[in-house]
Amino acid sequence: MTTAMNNVGRPTRLVAGTGAVAETFTGNKALMLEEPLLFERGSLDTSGVDLPPVPPVPDRLGGLGRDAVIGLPGFSEPEAVRHYTRLSRQNYAIDLGIFPLGSCTMKHNPRLNEKMARLPGFADIHPLQPQSTVQGALELIDVLADWLMKLTGMPAVAMSPKAGAHGELCGMVAIRAALDAKNDPRRVVLVPESAHGTNPATAAFCGFTVENIPANDRGRVDLDAMLARLGPDVAAVMITNPNTCGLFEPDLKRISDAVHAVGGYVYCDGANFNAIVGRVRPGDLGVDAMHINLHKTFSTPHGGGGPGSGPVVLSAALAPFAPIPFVRKTATGLELVEEDTAGTHAGQSFGRMVAFHGQMGMFVRALSYMMSHGADGLRQVAEDAVLNANYILASLKDLYTAPFAASGPCMHEALFSDDFLDGTGLSTLDLAKALIDEGFHPMTVYFPLVVHGAMLVEPTETESKANLDQLIGAMRHVATQMLADPDAWRTGPHFAPRRRLDETLAARKPVLAFKDSEAA
Amino acid sequence: MRYLPLSTADRTAMLATIGAASVDDLFQDVPAEAVLDGPIAGLPNHASEMAVERALVKMAGKNLTASTTPFFVGCGAYKHHVPATVDMVIQRGEFLTAYTPYQPEIAQGTLQVLFEFQTQVARLTGMEVANASMYDGSTAMTEAVFMARRITRKPKCIVSAGVHPHYTSVLKTLTRFTGDVVEAGTPVFTPGAPGDDLSSLIASIDADTSCVVVQNPNLFGHVADLTPLADACHKAGALLIVVVTEIVSLGAIKSPGEMGADIVVGEGQSLGAGLLFGGPYLGLFACREKHVRQAPGRLCGETVDASGKRGFVLTLSTREQHIRREKATSNICTNSGLIALAFSAHLSLLGEKGLRHLAALNHARAVQLADRLGRVPGVTLLNGPFFNEFTLDLGREARPVVRKLAEKGVLGGVSLGRLWPGEKSLQTGMIVAVTETATDEDFDAYEDALDEVMA
Repeated sequence: MTTAMNNVGRPTRLVAGTGAVAETFTGNKALMLEEPLLFERGSLDTSGVDLPPVPPVPDRLGGLGRDAVIGLPGFSEPEAVRHYTRLSRQNYAIDLGIFPLGSCTMKHNPRLNEKMARLPGFADIHPLQPQSTVQGALELIDVLADWLMKLTGMPAVAMSPKAGAHGELCGMVAIRAALDAKNDPRRVVLVPESAHGTNPATAAFCGFTVENIPANDRGRVDLDAMLARLGPDVAAVMITNPNTCGLFEPDLKRISDAVHAVGGYVYCDGANFNAIVGRVRPGDLGVDAMHINLHKTFSTPHGGGGPGSGPVVLSAALAPFAPIPFVRKTATGLELVEEDTAGTHAGQSFGRMVAFHGQMGMFVRALSYMMSHGADGLRQVAEDAVLNANYILASLKDLYTAPFAASGPCMHEALFSDDFLDGTGLSTLDLAKALIDEGFHPMTVYFPLVVHGAMLVEPTETESKANLDQLIGAMRHVATQMLADPDAWRTGPHFAPRRRLDETLAARKPVLAFKDSEAA
Repeated sequence: MRYLPLSTADRTAMLATIGAASVDDLFQDVPAEAVLDGPIAGLPNHASEMAVERALVKMAGKNLTASTTPFFVGCGAYKHHVPATVDMVIQRGEFLTAYTPYQPEIAQGTLQVLFEFQTQVARLTGMEVANASMYDGSTAMTEAVFMARRITRKPKCIVSAGVHPHYTSVLKTLTRFTGDVVEAGTPVFTPGAPGDDLSSLIASIDADTSCVVVQNPNLFGHVADLTPLADACHKAGALLIVVVTEIVSLGAIKSPGEMGADIVVGEGQSLGAGLLFGGPYLGLFACREKHVRQAPGRLCGETVDASGKRGFVLTLSTREQHIRREKATSNICTNSGLIALAFSAHLSLLGEKGLRHLAALNHARAVQLADRLGRVPGVTLLNGPFFNEFTLDLGREARPVVRKLAEKGVLGGVSLGRLWPGEKSLQTGMIVAVTETATDEDFDAYEDALDEVMA
């Protein structure tokens, strides 16, 4: 049998004994379609946009016209639609199935939100239009701010941070500004070892020294270690609640009181707010600042990696230091308070964090979602999210190692380790790739760092029991088969658009842009 | 509730599997003093799709939209026509509802788009590499300053007075605690070259200077040759950071890379995003390849899979906070993925031919309007060279003029007084932006309205 080569130089041969074709002439496999790069397919002379003619006036570019070829190929409209549609089909997404990434809250993204965000009254207005022409936009920000304050039991909120980590930065800068206003030199920030990596990165950025506080054997902050470390040098503690092990920190109020007693502040990482929204208000736990990921709890889409939005609720102690701009009610309407002049501003505000007013498009989506659920529905959101996670924990803990299951229920995510795979030579990564072949996006892997080979499963409230049962069935099947026949499971995934990718090669010899010389 | 699939029977069965009597048992770790008995007071209960839509349509209706009125507002956000295809692409659920591509085998769609985006941004800016995007132009500029300090190990950053004042303001906020020294001057209101005087900028470079940050076209619309500035920076061991807030300009003007920039940052909103009242926008970040390991943000790189096929992954993540924690190059852990997709799709629809046409059209239309408005009694055009934005000296305070124009239904521009309320020398200035979306009727309406307001 001769082996023919396909159009990218790969053999199109029969799989021995089956008659099945391993490779096709095109590289495509029925609905699984390969797509070349824009730079291999497009042309410098093609455009998918028709524009009116350029009026013949002499240019006024001061002799700085761009003469050399830029190298930007174009597509006609049908080519563009097909390019991006074909690429989209190589992505997993919530719209296709459960996406149980722990700590990421991949819930359904309601389409009403998309429709509302595209209303011209919100989408087609400029951030520097006269304020009298954007009163409805300021009203939307004001109403959303009111929801966020009431849901968290906090008296103030800064709306402009563009993402969760940006919100963290806002909160920690506010704490630093509050300390500086008192000429208070304390600089130590205590961070539990299970924290998101952004917490220590943010604290260090604000000039703080980070010290880690260990976890206890129940997966919570070690209260005794925390209380023992508090003192006049402690500026703040940063605590995630529910924490990154998916557990509620029952001692947060005691910690907050103790931190306040020594003159420090409490930053709460609100990444996991979905577990408690409508059932617990962080303000009742003594929190001074907490960011809210609108793209997690309040359903704005993740978009393949942003844009997010991270408003920060603030206590009365930190509110005066909130960033500009902010919306304020006046006798005649709503006013957007901006700076007096570049870099200086009225009052104690620590300044500006972004060029304009924050993620308006995300604000519209989040408010649309909140109004849809209402106070009663949001409470049900938290309950169903926690119920779904505990159902997964209960259904897998006999087979998967569940390090903290003995300490009681989890919140919105279930944490497992890969200890049960000891002796097989397999790890969490192999299990994740096996789940890809089963048609799921894997859970968060290797985070948090406090357990070995962590698998953090967050189903969210928008999954049906049937979906959970299918995931549980697949996870049980894969784990059982891995224990029985480890060698069959080292090379997945097999059915995804790509086999396992060589990340080491990518980092050792970075190729970060297309070079035309490659096109041979 | 339409977003919640569990039935009452499901909940009962699941609680039985868990071994809990009620859902309250699952919240047993919450201290009694923090337990809420029912829905939070002061907020409405759930609402139908119809009811939510009615309420939000009403709010949206109170705003004056750019497409329904003669519109000439710019200063870092521009109204361009976005092809219908772009919105179709970003509404594909596989792009819209995907996460960061941490499992690359099932995220090649997002990853290939990012690789194409990085290549487009690198070519557009005249640099060798670009990252997968940042929050917006202002945060990208701040990250560039930190990167220059890491590379040069010098403390001082000199910011041109022609840089958008919001950007400078963000930089000042975020450098308060990092030890960076920021020197930023006051804009000059000089006919022919408003904004900044590059020769005095060059004179201020010293041995402690890590970088000079300059915007081109600058906030006032002025276009400059940055080559002498780049040479001066390099002679002193400093880097040149160029900010571009109107990315369409690079279809007409020599790129920052061609003028000697080391890092180029920008706002990509002009392509794909729309106005959106300020966000979400798109931070662009490009640099020389030799500096890439000091760059902030996500990077997508090419590699191969286990069967030898080309594929893409996020790479060089050892710079990032989930591995480096307090030693990370930046605390940023996201990009603006969906807006990067919109940008890339818009730019691939334009192609080089379309982008050059679009840029030429913007410039020619701006020249036409600048000459018309410059003839209105009392009005002086300040610019020599410019792209699609220019500054008028109205000879009187400009803020009330902008308001009066708005009352006549013309969104005529941005007063310098709004951006620099405390700076007396700038209060008579107004910045006007012209894009391909403005019609001849819009020009007529603007000229008539300005005539009346100035009379």
